[in-house]
Amino acid sequence: MEKFVLKYFTLIRTLIAVAIGLVISVSLIYLVSKDPGYSLQSFLLGPFLSRSRFFNLIETASPVIFCGLAIAVAFQARQFNVGAEGCLYLGAAVGTAFAVSTRMPAFLHIPLVLLVATGVGAIWGSIPGILKARWNASELVASLMLNYVAYFLGLYLINFHFRDKQAGYLVSYQLPQSAWLAQFIPDTRMHWGILLSFVCAVLVWMFLYHTTTGYEIRMTGFNERFARFGGINVVRIIVACQLIMGLLAGLGGMAEVMGIHRRFLWQSTPGWGWDGVVVAIIGRNHPLLIIAASFFLAYLRVGGQVLNLMSDVPSEMVTVIQWIIILLITAEAFLSRWRFRIMVRQAERLEEAR
Amino acid sequence: MEKILEARGILLVYPNGVVANRGVSLEVEKNSIHAVVGENGAGKSTLMKVLFGMLQPQEGEILYKGRKVQIRSPNEAIRLGIGMVHQHLMLAPDLTVAENMVLGVEPRLGRVFLDMKKAQETTARVSEEYGLEVPVDRKIKDLPIGVRQRVEILKALFRNAELLILDEPTSVLTPQESEVLFATLRQLKAHGKTIIFISHKLNEVKQITDRITVMRDARVITTREAAELAEHDIAYLMVGREISFERLPPPRAIGEPLLRVRNLSYVNEENIRVLRNVSFDVRAGEILGLAGIEGNGQTELVRILTGLLPASSGRIEIRGKPIGALTPRQIREMRTAHIPEDRMEDGVAAEASLQENVIVDRYYRDSFSRGLRLLWPAISRHTQDLIERFNILAPSPRSTIASLSGGNIQKVVVARELSSDPELIIASQPTRGIDVGSEELVHNLLKEARDRDKAIFLASADLDEILKLSNRILVIYNGELVAHFQEVAGLTGQDLGPYMLGVQKEENVSGEVRS
Repeated sequence: MEKFVLKYFTLIRTLIAVAIGLVISVSLIYLVSKDPGYSLQSFLLGPFLSRSRFFNLIETASPVIFCGLAIAVAFQARQFNVGAEGCLYLGAAVGTAFAVSTRMPAFLHIPLVLLVATGVGAIWGSIPGILKARWNASELVASLMLNYVAYFLGLYLINFHFRDKQAGYLVSYQLPQSAWLAQFIPDTRMHWGILLSFVCAVLVWMFLYHTTTGYEIRMTGFNERFARFGGINVVRIIVACQLIMGLLAGLGGMAEVMGIHRRFLWQSTPGWGWDGVVVAIIGRNHPLLIIAASFFLAYLRVGGQVLNLMSDVPSEMVTVIQWIIILLITAEAFLSRWRFRIMVRQAERLEEAR
Repeated sequence: MEKILEARGILLVYPNGVVANRGVSLEVEKNSIHAVVGENGAGKSTLMKVLFGMLQPQEGEILYKGRKVQIRSPNEAIRLGIGMVHQHLMLAPDLTVAENMVLGVEPRLGRVFLDMKKAQETTARVSEEYGLEVPVDRKIKDLPIGVRQRVEILKALFRNAELLILDEPTSVLTPQESEVLFATLRQLKAHGKTIIFISHKLNEVKQITDRITVMRDARVITTREAAELAEHDIAYLMVGREISFERLPPPRAIGEPLLRVRNLSYVNEENIRVLRNVSFDVRAGEILGLAGIEGNGQTELVRILTGLLPASSGRIEIRGKPIGALTPRQIREMRTAHIPEDRMEDGVAAEASLQENVIVDRYYRDSFSRGLRLLWPAISRHTQDLIERFNILAPSPRSTIASLSGGNIQKVVVARELSSDPELIIASQPTRGIDVGSEELVHNLLKEARDRDKAIFLASADLDEILKLSNRILVIYNGELVAHFQEVAGLTGQDLGPYMLGVQKEENVSGEVRS
């Protein structure tokens, strides 16, 4: 039993944190709701109670997976670039601009639009990397600032040059059909971009753990001096990992535009870049765990929407609940004393055995 | 004899699960010098930290002057009368000796200001009382290590310590400074103090202690009168097997210079000249030792030689090819190996696995990757092979480095560096802080490499190591080569000491060889 606890400690800790978070949420719901039983049911079971909500869950997870993977690649090299939001936004904006101003058959259009968006994301993502490599500027600060720059650049591009004046609100022209990612299950918004996010997770996993560049990224993250000592070109890795970060984020943003809205309609940044940071931390930067973490986050989101829609719990409270749960999961030291006590007991037992 | 301190059945487990003390018991007689010896990782320092209240044992009890006590913090230990001088001195470098002495118990002027005059008087008084001279108004950073250590001792005495714990006090000292320290300790004993002295140098333990406790593998093996034990016995008890001490026969033939360094200088970011006009050659089939107290430019020299730091001026050649503009990898590709002085900083990625650590200089080679793809099965096999060849104690190639002991981590580093079939080996402090068994292994490997005509540059602050292995010895002081000994037979630490301290100096020293 104790051996089991030590081996799966992180997993157990995560589950306990989720449980405590749910207990707190339940108490909060009891506090503010007139019919807490029903509200609770909406929150916890809501996402699974109808077909549309269930597909809604998968759809919500997809851009978060892209951004989680993006952030994870940078974090694995211990580069705290949180610029996924900006890369996603600017990548999708420029990609949209390219898509609406070109005409070609789908088999060319789709890859080219994706390529433009990922290219823009990659360039944008690598700027903090280059600044860091050249002048040792903090990539955290640089990427935060660049998020704003990307946001307003994207907004300017869409609102002043590609705005559809026929639409009653601020959106871009609709993408030509040749640049749509098809939705393949009737009456849902399941599109090929969602499958692409899963494929990317597997690819990123293979990249990080089974390629030489992935190895270089991880060793740089473990100990930069060691990487340099061993002959790894650390400067190249610092830039490369942030470039890949931007690339994945740009891809995620564009897939969302091409698969769901078919227009660029974000007047404020959608926030997936930040969700990406959260799921990367919960999933400990492991691509496959990030899928699970993204689904969990999507579950909380959709549950929150259902709760908001079906019960008298205000949406503010829903957000509070979501972040309490996330906070508990990300607290690293949580339960570490418990683990230590088990280790001591194990040591004593070993002692008696000798 | 009356016992001043008694520890019974101490069990201490670190948060990472390492058991550092297993049921350790220790009795220290009043007014004696008591040595605790053992290999690194045997649990000596841990035990001392328990006695000084820095660590709380999970089990066991401590009796001080016959009374059961709980020592929850260093402050409580000091209140009881226990003082400790740490291996890495804990003084504020920018404050004067007097200011350091009264730190935390400052005499005040009007409740707010430090009464500097009184602080100096107090310091002078304590210094006189015990006959330990210190320059009262000099800054700590301007003083040699030996004097700093004396300040630490005085500081403990000023806080009325009756029992003084010294954690490997001689590890940072030259032989001359060590002699002075021993005189100090004898004086303190004459003043009625009790001293616990941690060491792994056998000769000094024999020289000054009354009783010796030997620790091995987190347990106490035995406690004996010092007079009863010969050095040889202590070594046997520490390691649990016989160790050879003899120096080696000189190598067969020395070849051509492989590494040439000419007029190398380095000025660091704070504009301090760290290396001045250093020139030397290292030839195939020889070990060139660089002796010196740590912090005299050795670190920078080694980093420059391995491409990790750019030189300010001068010329370095390997087999006649200048390497000044090359990257660390390009230098490694010229069949150079580097055993770094700080294994945790440079030598390994602690959270990564053993197999990930041993391939850092070779993962891109054909045997370990195809294109971008890493060949993990081949890497695992290679790692397993190294584990066996270098006798590394590790459960599997996938174990993390952090789960290994210090000696085994060093073996991992040495295994990686020496298995790349190097022609030139640059080793810096290759056995610092590792157990006697691993040390012997590393020394044998270096000797073997030399006998196979490799060129070896060995920088070390451990004089015994330098004397034992080197064919020629250079001494560095303050960034400058101050002596070159071409003959090492009969040379002792006493011959090198004055140069290492900067007391003696030869002009225009170079380690070049004329061919």
